[in-house]
Amino acid sequence: MDVPMDADQLDRAFAALSDRTRRGILAQLTSGDATVSELGASYDVSLQAVSKHLKVLEGAGLVSRRRDGQRRPVHLEAQVFDLMTSWIERYRRQAEGRYQSLDAVLASLRPDERGRSRGAAS
Amino acid sequence: MSTTSGEQSSRRTVISVPEGLPCVEIVREFDAPPEDVYRAHVDADLAMRWLGPRDIASRAVHWDARTGGSWRYVSRRGEEEFGFYGSFHELRPPERIVQTFTYEGSPDGVALEVLTLEPLPGGRTRLRAVSVVETVEARDAFVASGMEQGVVEGYRKLDELMNTP
Repeated sequence: MDVPMDADQLDRAFAALSDRTRRGILAQLTSGDATVSELGASYDVSLQAVSKHLKVLEGAGLVSRRRDGQRRPVHLEAQVFDLMTSWIERYRRQAEGRYQSLDAVLASLRPDERGRSRGAAS
Repeated sequence: MSTTSGEQSSRRTVISVPEGLPCVEIVREFDAPPEDVYRAHVDADLAMRWLGPRDIASRAVHWDARTGGSWRYVSRRGEEEFGFYGSFHELRPPERIVQTFTYEGSPDGVALEVLTLEPLPGGRTRLRAVSVVETVEARDAFVASGMEQGVVEGYRKLDELMNTP
């Protein structure tokens, strides 16, 4: 795997993404870093609530925060999303593998016809 | 999120994992008419040749393929045994299969699967399979468990390649 990540961290990433507000925060961060108050202005929730959500996202490795003078802007850790895309791709390949087995079963049902239509197509 | 890339795209599996909805949709086309694809899903002997985890022998313990019937099969890898069961909620040949699916290793989890078979020109079929589970978290865990399996299979194939003279 390209990104080493343990199972607990994966669980935390999925749990973090299960919340609508947190997904909204992440969507907002795709257009650039933002501070807690900037993020809070977009949602009908208190700054404490935003901070709580950020703690969950930080724990899941989805965002990070650095100090920039008095500001502590929140930064999206994009490689986690690459990882999730790769999960879906692996899931897809697993399904494709199963369906290739089904292709073989289907080909065995009417071997003569299949053979003819393949010959005509190639 | 969905992936569609690659050559032979008409033959390949397309998967959609919609954000915020507890479902997964898979679309795949087959070079066989809907009658055959339907049969390969409901006939126990045919289903056992492709349905279970890849490279593992699966055996139908119980298989009552009718609307209101049920099924159970077991896949064995060495000493390990994985059981799966569910109901045939509706079987409407050759166009629609509605069933439930539970992996016994995760007994509280259940998926409702709606399979639609659409005839295509040239005696082909487009299969659309929508799996709905209880929560988005359960859906995500479902996709992630597919990953584990995929990794295991990937390594096994790699091993095979390495051992080929």
